[in-house]
Amino acid sequence: MNQDRRIRALVAKPGLDGHDRGAKVIARALRDSGMEVIYSGIRQTPEQIVEAALQEDVDVLLLSILSGAHGFLFPRIMELLKEKGLGDILILGGGIIPKEDVPGLKSLGISQVFGPGMTSKTLIEYIEQNVPK
Amino acid sequence: MEKDIEKIQEERERWSKTCLEKYTFRKAEMDWGLEIKPLYTPVDTENIDYLKDIGFPGEYPFTRGPHPSMHLGRLWTMRQYSGYGTAEETNKRYRYLLEQGQTGLSVAFDLPTQIGYDSDHPLSQGEIGKVGVAVDTLADMEMIFDGLPLDKLSTSMTINASAAILFAMYLAVAEKQGVSFDKLNGTIQNDILKEYTVRGTYIFPVGPSLRLITDIFRYCSTHVTKWNTINVAGYHMREAGATAVQEIAFTFADAIEYINAGIKAGLKVDEFAPRISWIFNTHNNFFEEIAKYRAARSLWARIMKDRFEAKDPKSWMFRFHTQTAGSALTAQQPLNNVVRVAFQTLAAVLGGAQSLASCSFDEALALPTEESVRLSLRTQQIIAHELGATDTVDPMGGSFYIESLTRKMEDKITEYLNKIDELGGAAAAIEKGYIQQEIQESAYRYQKEVESGKRVVVGVNSYQVEEPPPEGLLKVDPKVGEIQLRKLKELKAARDKGKVESSLSDLKKAAKGNANLMFPILESVKAYATLGEICGVLREVFGEYEGTSTI
Repeated sequence: MNQDRRIRALVAKPGLDGHDRGAKVIARALRDSGMEVIYSGIRQTPEQIVEAALQEDVDVLLLSILSGAHGFLFPRIMELLKEKGLGDILILGGGIIPKEDVPGLKSLGISQVFGPGMTSKTLIEYIEQNVPK
Repeated sequence: MEKDIEKIQEERERWSKTCLEKYTFRKAEMDWGLEIKPLYTPVDTENIDYLKDIGFPGEYPFTRGPHPSMHLGRLWTMRQYSGYGTAEETNKRYRYLLEQGQTGLSVAFDLPTQIGYDSDHPLSQGEIGKVGVAVDTLADMEMIFDGLPLDKLSTSMTINASAAILFAMYLAVAEKQGVSFDKLNGTIQNDILKEYTVRGTYIFPVGPSLRLITDIFRYCSTHVTKWNTINVAGYHMREAGATAVQEIAFTFADAIEYINAGIKAGLKVDEFAPRISWIFNTHNNFFEEIAKYRAARSLWARIMKDRFEAKDPKSWMFRFHTQTAGSALTAQQPLNNVVRVAFQTLAAVLGGAQSLASCSFDEALALPTEESVRLSLRTQQIIAHELGATDTVDPMGGSFYIESLTRKMEDKITEYLNKIDELGGAAAAIEKGYIQQEIQESAYRYQKEVESGKRVVVGVNSYQVEEPPPEGLLKVDPKVGEIQLRKLKELKAARDKGKVESSLSDLKKAAKGNANLMFPILESVKAYATLGEICGVLREVFGEYEGTSTI
């Protein structure tokens, strides 16, 4: 990645879940830290999210789910990302994700799963350190 | 009296200068801007006219309560929000809760049901039975209420865009049980505007959505007369980050929009306003919450009397359900939530709730288990029977702080309502993104306060401990999707297809014209048309709402 280029992030809400307080707060915090941030809005299909990641040429994709549908939707998104050749962008998960589900999600290529209580500082540092260079 | 106040004022100033200011002390404020004084005295309530502004419970302006004897006459309805997995599992949970002394039901539906998709729709994958019970057809609804006599129950259903259909299914279950509609008690949420702003389970655009709502108003005014036709909701705005003042203001703005829609549809205000009910969020600031409900009661009475010229005192009455704040629960040290829930529940009771749901301590992590939901029900029962909190009406009334705060909140809510009127009402304010923006600002400010440590959240930014991962959480059966798909397939094969088709074609005709949609929807559900088929017909005629989002 070009040194001068700002990190481009897509904050996305897959599935039917409308709880986007966290997604919006995070989108805003990332933007305030100097990143270019796109927020997908709620009720996006995996196809729509992957298409947006491609079109917007993002470095990091943050997926937020609180409804419990991550077990279906996250694998589907990872599959589509690989199909589109986007396998190397940084993928992060968040929302209400039971701890026992995390290892499975990581094995799919989701770099980290954050939960309630995470600070924006932790997240920003994580992205800055792990975003593909 | 005036002389007394002057004397108190003088003494208050003297005390402040010679006594208080010798000490260093913290200055508190409300997150909606009010600076809280270190001490309240009669000076702060001097401009309040007891008879005019506060009055007596059961009488205008109802500040002290909608009913004269309040909890002395009848306790609030204990109504935990529940439902998950299949209809069978949900029925089992309801029977358990009723056995444990719960006095009403509150149905949580899964997201496909709330958004009008059947379980076999591609968008339902992964979501079936997760955040609530899956309902595809009347058969599921029959199972949910199996063995539960609807004439003896009060049922609240959190359902909005697809409210007319789920309500019709409830009516059809009643019919099968031989219960006449005038014996049915309960409510459907039926509040679409806040779905556009914060909750997200919208289907149709604003116009047709308001038509569905007013069709329900009209239908119930003659057919299901004791049913609360709408449960205007502030709860979700608060969860999304709104302050207590914004919560009431934006909810009232939505309600004003619904009343205007009802009047525009040709109803008289007193024909439907008495059946409006509310759901709010009882959060952590104990005194603010109590004052909030007192302010809401008197302000709503004034709005109904002055703005809408309602004549029936029942139209003036603000009757509310409240749930403790899910967003105040922490995933860290989850047992601490037991304490938070208890205080919030007490605030709701002292605020004069008619119906109450207390969150369970494990809800920041998962849906509650039988044990955790029983504990939160017991919390209500302990407050009801052991604390003396229900031994007199509005025990907080007369507190200088509470009365002053009640008035300040009323004023601040009114400011917001004036602003929304200037924008052209709630629907216009939502279209302009005003309400969403206001809530987002509050949410962001809150998060920054937590992260900076200005706002202490025990276990999250202070007093943390290393803890093992939580155990014993409820997990929805991963097979629920499969089970539901099989049930749906079997039902589709067994039903009378001709009846389904003709009822759906009648529905389509009605949707294109002006007829009340409740009748053809009721016929369709009785023919076992699916929720998705019925919503599909309406989607075809009405189109769909296009969500927008800003950060």
